[in-house]
Amino acid sequence: MPFSSRMNKGINMSEQILEIKDLHVVYNTDEGTVYAINGMDLSVEKGQVLGLVGETGAGKTTMALSVLRLLPDRIGEIKSGSIRLEDTDIIRAPEAEMKKIRGNKISMIFQDPMTSLNPIMTVGEQIAEVLEIHNRDMTKQQIEERVDEMLTLVGISPERKTDYPHQFSGGMKQRVVIAIALACTPDLLIADEPTTALDVTIQDQVLQMMRGLKEKFNTAMILITHDLGVVANNCDSVAIMYAGEVIEYGTVEDIFEGEERHPYTAGLFGSIPDLTKKERRLHPIDGLMPDPSNLPEGCAFHERCPKCMDICRTTKPEAMQFGTHMIRCHCCAPGIDGRETA
Amino acid sequence: MIKFIIKRLLMLIPVLLGISFIIFAIMSLTPGDPVRMKLGDGATEEEITAMRDEMGLNDPFLVQYVRYVKNALHGDFGKSYRNNVDVFGELMARFPNTLRLAVFGILISVLIGIPVGVISAVKQYSAADNIITILALLMTSLPSFWLGLMMILLFANKLHLLPATGVDTWKHFIMPSIAVAATTLATLIRMTRSTMLDVIRQDYVRTAKAKGASDRAIVFRHELRNALLPVITVIGVNFGSLLGGAMIAETVFAIPGLGSLMVASVRAKDTPMVMASVLFVAVAVGVINLIVDILYAYVDPRIKSQYGAHKASGRDRK
Repeated sequence: MPFSSRMNKGINMSEQILEIKDLHVVYNTDEGTVYAINGMDLSVEKGQVLGLVGETGAGKTTMALSVLRLLPDRIGEIKSGSIRLEDTDIIRAPEAEMKKIRGNKISMIFQDPMTSLNPIMTVGEQIAEVLEIHNRDMTKQQIEERVDEMLTLVGISPERKTDYPHQFSGGMKQRVVIAIALACTPDLLIADEPTTALDVTIQDQVLQMMRGLKEKFNTAMILITHDLGVVANNCDSVAIMYAGEVIEYGTVEDIFEGEERHPYTAGLFGSIPDLTKKERRLHPIDGLMPDPSNLPEGCAFHERCPKCMDICRTTKPEAMQFGTHMIRCHCCAPGIDGRETA
Repeated sequence: MIKFIIKRLLMLIPVLLGISFIIFAIMSLTPGDPVRMKLGDGATEEEITAMRDEMGLNDPFLVQYVRYVKNALHGDFGKSYRNNVDVFGELMARFPNTLRLAVFGILISVLIGIPVGVISAVKQYSAADNIITILALLMTSLPSFWLGLMMILLFANKLHLLPATGVDTWKHFIMPSIAVAATTLATLIRMTRSTMLDVIRQDYVRTAKAKGASDRAIVFRHELRNALLPVITVIGVNFGSLLGGAMIAETVFAIPGLGSLMVASVRAKDTPMVMASVLFVAVAVGVINLIVDILYAYVDPRIKSQYGAHKASGRDRK
């Protein structure tokens, strides 16, 4: 039943909005080269919500910045691979074309709302700016109306558009950031931990709002998060990232209820405390993520893997496909001895 | 905002009292007798004592100080011990020269320093950045009197393009302004560069880039305005010290300004003249600081709300 293959989920190509193939990204720092993304494959369909899960340092934000081509100057570098946004080759597109794509076709919500807004511009000006850039034919009047509309949409009274970011709470700043990201109704929205900086009650409001907006504009969305609960409630499919690779990909059902699992994903689920049992301790995954400037040979996870086999230390695992479910692990390969069911 | 300005101006009063007391004390306690200097070596003891009595110099120190403050409050700053001219009139005659020099110096620094600093930061590590950094370092290291003398040698003596000394036309101010601007210019370049580099790495600049904003808009709208705050402080401080007297430049170029006046008065133990010029400079510096603070509020709305001028000042702020 399981067969080894390159990722090809049989998706109709015309529906894809974003396709990342074999992406390699490095950071050239003074202390050496950091291998942030190592052969990442990912695709997003129109209107799909993809959850991108992984530990800090797994390369999630780097992926997002690569898609916008906003990696830090001189340091971040896309080594190889391809990123396609519909018909555009993001890696080779001229800068002028990227400027038209940013904020218009692809928008990004950044991690920290506290620092993502310019402290000396009113929130209204900051929302209007993205409209002015991408809709040159809009009149001042139309832009103002659209700003009011966006603010209302994210639940902020339009009268507050003349206020400055320091006059807003964290949750409201995040709403403003979201309003900026959605003002031009992008085809793809990358939300980088949009709720991490917010408290739990606001988290839910923001996510609910984003779900509603997705319904309204049929925006495809990549939701970057550590929170599996957020994924279960909001996403159609899930990609689990580890050390710059997608090690497991599938629908929410595949990941949450599938029979086969990558040992890392199993560890992630194992670390969620079970409230029905009396347990005193949490169950973290032992060890730390490998140093991205010095990745181990073979499978990047083998040093922490409870099911590590000899082959894992020497050979990188291929992607195994089970219908819509992809796992990159030797333990799921056919004919491997000592294979256990997850 | 008006309340803030009034408060700040009122705060100047204790500052001025403090300064006047300290200067008066220094002038009284340091050795040297203005009367002997004035009358020369040939004067008899009787003449000197008579003169001291006439000038009130035999009274106790505190009595002298209180009398000075009282007169000053009535607008009477006394007459110069040295040449009997009216102190206030002399100050007013000389201040325009110093002001002109300071304004030209600051203008040169700001108009060149900020754009060059921005270029240096935006093109970090480029050849232009390296050259600018080295030049800025050179300019801070060059003493302004040396720069002044070299310019006189070249432009006045050799090329005969500019007058060497005096204050008669705007041409007379070109070389002195450059001489006093050099240090400030270098400081501004370095300051602008470093604050710009700091701002360039901020999240909100990334947000602006993610909007698809043009490079121009990113530099002018998002980066520069945020980077200007510390730069404004430096401009204010330097302007203040230029007003306080660019003594060396004034001496080199023979400009009758406050700086050279102060030096000459201190040498002659000319207490009224020293007091008045120091107080005058103190007021000028205070006013400049106030202007800097008002500019802050204009640039940064977070500060404005602290001054209590903004409608939402009571709301959450960090």
